[in-house]
Amino acid sequence: MIPETFEYDSPSTLEEAIQLLQKHGDEAKILSGGHSLIPMMKLRLATPERLIDINGIPNLNYIKEEKDFLKIGALTREADIEHSDLLKKKYPIFSDVTKLIADPQVRNLSTIGGNLAHGDAANDHPAVMLALNASIIAHGPEGTRTIAIDDFFHGFYMTALNHAEILTEIRIPIPGKGTGGAYHKLERKVGDYATAGVAVQMTLDGKGVCRYIGIGLTNVNMTPLRASRSEKALLGEKVTPGLIQEAALYASEDCNPSEDLRGSEEYKRHIVKVLTNRMLHKAAERAMNGGA
Amino acid sequence: MATKPIKVTLNGTEHSLEVEPRLLLVHLIRENLSMTGTHIGCDTSNCGACTILLNGKSVKSCTVLAVQANGKEVTTIEGMATAEGLHPLQEGFREMHGLQCGFCTPGMIMRATELLKQNTNPTEDEIRWGISGNLCRCTGYNNIVKAIQYAASKLNGTEMPAELKEEVSAEE
Ligand SMILES: Cc1cc2nc3c(=O)[nH]c(=O)nc-3n(C[C@H](O)[C@H](O)[C@H](O)COP(=O)(O)OP(=O)(O)OC[C@H]3O[C@@H](n4cnc5c(N)ncnc54)[C@H](O)[C@@H]3O)c2cc1C
Ligand code: FES
Ligand code: FES
Repeated sequence: MIPETFEYDSPSTLEEAIQLLQKHGDEAKILSGGHSLIPMMKLRLATPERLIDINGIPNLNYIKEEKDFLKIGALTREADIEHSDLLKKKYPIFSDVTKLIADPQVRNLSTIGGNLAHGDAANDHPAVMLALNASIIAHGPEGTRTIAIDDFFHGFYMTALNHAEILTEIRIPIPGKGTGGAYHKLERKVGDYATAGVAVQMTLDGKGVCRYIGIGLTNVNMTPLRASRSEKALLGEKVTPGLIQEAALYASEDCNPSEDLRGSEEYKRHIVKVLTNRMLHKAAERAMNGGA
Repeated sequence: MATKPIKVTLNGTEHSLEVEPRLLLVHLIRENLSMTGTHIGCDTSNCGACTILLNGKSVKSCTVLAVQANGKEVTTIEGMATAEGLHPLQEGFREMHGLQCGFCTPGMIMRATELLKQNTNPTEDEIRWGISGNLCRCTGYNNIVKAIQYAASKLNGTEMPAELKEEVSAEE
């Protein structure tokens, strides 16, 4: 399978890339890891007339804590996230998620920026970013803007990014003491997209009362979904197994899975309930052990 | 439609070419540069048969554009053996019967090369996770795992696990 013909540019600065995107309008697409885009082009589901390869732009691959934020550059590869000592130590939710994304070769190229910008509810990072309450930093012709994650996903393959905007950074508030995060998805085999996936980030105070909660769901809605009713049930309350069960039930009721080869609607709701329950327990455990 | 000039080093030899942007790296390797050791299986980034090293990182060359390899080093199975003989991974696959039809083998070996660079002494579990992006329809994987363990011992100069040694000596 060979893509339709296209022109190719590899700019070496952000400004140049933005100018090219402006000049060529809708017919140009950004190329990052290429592991969503190239398969679609080979199947001719995408036929851009021009690719703007941003891999030659320096300083877009980093993971660092700065002031109140964990900052991840858009071109950071999944493999870099998987092997980052900082993330392994302080943000185990990233190890949970990256080892479930595709396989080692795909992770060597695919980027976190591309994973979010693709706007696919089947991708795993979006739900994690909802749980972590991330912000997206985008550079465009009008300068830089910050987009709250809740305003980012607009529809099937659609995000808040305007055409000539480039996602450059993901910003995550550094969590307070007593925070734990966890992610898991059910997949039929390695490299499969989620039948359903659940991301949880939770902060507990000394008395076991929930002071922050974020719950994101993968592949059970047109867009990545925040389990709002479950969050409301937990926030400000003492976290008990009974309350976790109630929150998990809400998540399974509020999602909108559709039947496909991965299972029926009923089955997927069941999986959401089971995974939400487990991830809430796991996040609470990590929170109590002082992990982030 | 404009072609693009690229420079790619394949197994140590630099090549300058003019390519269409849509040319896939696997086709550059197999067709333009006539190295057919790298295979195309699924053509959809699932099977790993097309795995090569791009600047030392294992990637699926059916899902990389040739223009993305501009200025980079590509290593394929043909670049593994030296004048002294087979690479320890190649030797391991031979000794441990890590292949039957051999279709998946070049990809397996290129993937295992990076795995052993990152983790010189992987456990069985780490090997299985490490090759989770490579499919084999013949062996059932057990002998592939052993082949990689064989190579790890050889590269580390450590004692081979007992059951591997038994197999080698049973052959002799
Ligand atoms: C076999 C296989 C299995 C996979 N399994 C999983 C999985 O289990 N879970 C999962 O989450 N993902 C999975 N993926 C997807 C993989 O993680 C993709 O690489 C990722 O979704 C896209 O990242 P990319 O860097 O490859 O983006 P690209 O393919 O380069 O781009 C994707 C889209 O985003 C746009 N884009 C890219 N970067 C930017 C940017 N910085 N700013 C604005 N727009 C941008 C592009 O124009 C394009 O439309 C799998 C992929 C493969 C091939
Ligand atoms: S041919 Fe490239 S992964 Fe199967
Ligand atoms: S040996 Fe035949 S596919 Fe692996």
